[in-house]
Amino acid sequence: MSRRVRLWLLAVGGAGLATLFVAAALDLPALGGDHHPYGDRAVHASLARHTANVIASVNFDQRAFDTLGEMTILFAAVVGCGVLLRQTRDEHRDRPAPEKVARPVRRHALLVLPVALLTGLYVIAHGQLSPGGGFQGGVVAATSLHLLYLGADYRALERVRPVGLYETGDAIATSAYVVTGLAGLIGGTAFLANTVLPYGTFNTLSSGGTVPLLNAAVGMEVACAVVVLLARFLDQAVEIEEGNGK
Amino acid sequence: MMDVFPYLVAGWVFLAGCYGLATSRNLIHAVGCLSVCQAATYVLLLTVGYRDGATAPVFSDLKPGSRPVVDPVVQALTLTDVVVGATVTALLLALVVQVSKRHGTVDPDELSELRG
Repeated sequence: MSRRVRLWLLAVGGAGLATLFVAAALDLPALGGDHHPYGDRAVHASLARHTANVIASVNFDQRAFDTLGEMTILFAAVVGCGVLLRQTRDEHRDRPAPEKVARPVRRHALLVLPVALLTGLYVIAHGQLSPGGGFQGGVVAATSLHLLYLGADYRALERVRPVGLYETGDAIATSAYVVTGLAGLIGGTAFLANTVLPYGTFNTLSSGGTVPLLNAAVGMEVACAVVVLLARFLDQAVEIEEGNGK
Repeated sequence: MMDVFPYLVAGWVFLAGCYGLATSRNLIHAVGCLSVCQAATYVLLLTVGYRDGATAPVFSDLKPGSRPVVDPVVQALTLTDVVVGATVTALLLALVVQVSKRHGTVDPDELSELRG
């Protein structure tokens, strides 16, 4: 298909979609309206189960099965990247030479690293109480490790980040989520039902039944997944070279 | 007008992403355009959940029932998709790395010629 034909096809399809979309948007409930039946019920269910952060309750209690699907996508993406970005037969590994890092960069990176790591863990741990949770905190914790790459060099990063361990951690976290779900089944109710643990005192770390457990599992999986993904890409950029190296 | 404006922004962002995808001459650019399309769904979802004068649906420092809160369901959908979308983007970029190694180009038009 030539470029011209493709553009025409896009123009026709886009115009059609735009017309239908505008017609639909004009018929939608007005912005900021007071009628949110699902939202109101979600808030009610969350408060009944002593979970202060309603979004965590939606993710890890009311729609926990959906989150299992999301985790599976995450896991599959990591496995796929691992397969696609492996070292092939016509490539070899070059040890990267130590790089000189500007002193202010080194100082600030090493200063921020522990703060960022702690912030990530804090955001994961307080997922059921305050804005945040496993998904966001996992990304913060994983990226904080990579400040070592900026502040020191690639070898230092590799020493604190054995990729195999994080791959195992990724798999364990996914299994932990499923096992917590099965506990609901054994407890006599349903898969991933939040009925196994007491709901605890509202607005404390242990409140919300299984929400903190599932939240922690997701946090661990996201952190491990991001570390493994970045490791694969960094390997391609820094270590793996074309040719057999002879 | 303000009532539908955010919906229209979502549609516009989506179509802009589609235009980029169709006219892309670089696969990395195409992956970026796909992320733009995805971002349009976030705008749409958050718009659907918006409520006038409401605050975040988090009750750690808010007395339940004292203020209206925005719809938490669409926020939860958006937040999971942001992270999952990022990893899927990583998978697509890994595919681009392989395409570039095997075919020596990242222009989608040249790729179809190579396959023949």
